[in-house]
Amino acid sequence: MSDRTIKIAIQQEPFDTQAETDLLTRQSGNVGALVSFSGICRADDTLSALELEHYPGMAEAQIRKIADDACAKWPILGALVIHRVGKIPVGETIVLVAVTSAHRHAAFDGASFIMDFLKSRAPFWKKEHLAEGGRGDWIDAKESDEAALSRWDQAAHSSHRS
Amino acid sequence: MTKLLYFSWVRERIGVAGEERDIPSTVSTVEQFLNWLSQQGEQYENALADAASLRVALDQTHVTADAPLNGAREIAIFPPMSGG
Repeated sequence: MSDRTIKIAIQQEPFDTQAETDLLTRQSGNVGALVSFSGICRADDTLSALELEHYPGMAEAQIRKIADDACAKWPILGALVIHRVGKIPVGETIVLVAVTSAHRHAAFDGASFIMDFLKSRAPFWKKEHLAEGGRGDWIDAKESDEAALSRWDQAAHSSHRS
Repeated sequence: MTKLLYFSWVRERIGVAGEERDIPSTVSTVEQFLNWLSQQGEQYENALADAASLRVALDQTHVTADAPLNGAREIAIFPPMSGG
């Protein structure tokens, strides 16, 4: 397990999802499964972009802790989280979570776990930029995001059996 | 002096991203700290009025309202997180 790869990045610039997941796969040893999740700035009637603010230092530390927790629960070979900040136009990727493992369950569960905890524990906030110009409101956290965390209480036990 | 940091609409309502403050020694918990800070001016009162919608981190660790300040060097106040 000492050769496990964990990469955390918070950056303004767009990134190449395919290149990043290819690199993770190459660096992860004897990989049999890769699961990646991309969170994308979704269009609606009034939105032109989102502005992402973060707490430098704490954001990186929280994501690393969440990734470490996932690695303690499942036999994960590699984990990658890239989260963008600043102004992100509709259609561009905000966050990438990718996990590699020998078999599919650890990769699926690990990626889902990291994303669920990132939503409610990593210090990021979103503000709307409106299509007709000007800034909209801050986007409230969803209660359903907090509720999603409770399903992980027993999850690791059932996953180890599968 | 304690470093205070504000994010999202807490930062906008207070009007600064951060500042250094002397916190009175009688203020010993997060809840007492928020009460004290809300008395430091109209913009603080406005930003901190709805305590239930605020989250606090001491030295970059999430804490609850009853947590002791324990001489934290950095206190951050922000709304519930909405990243991803």
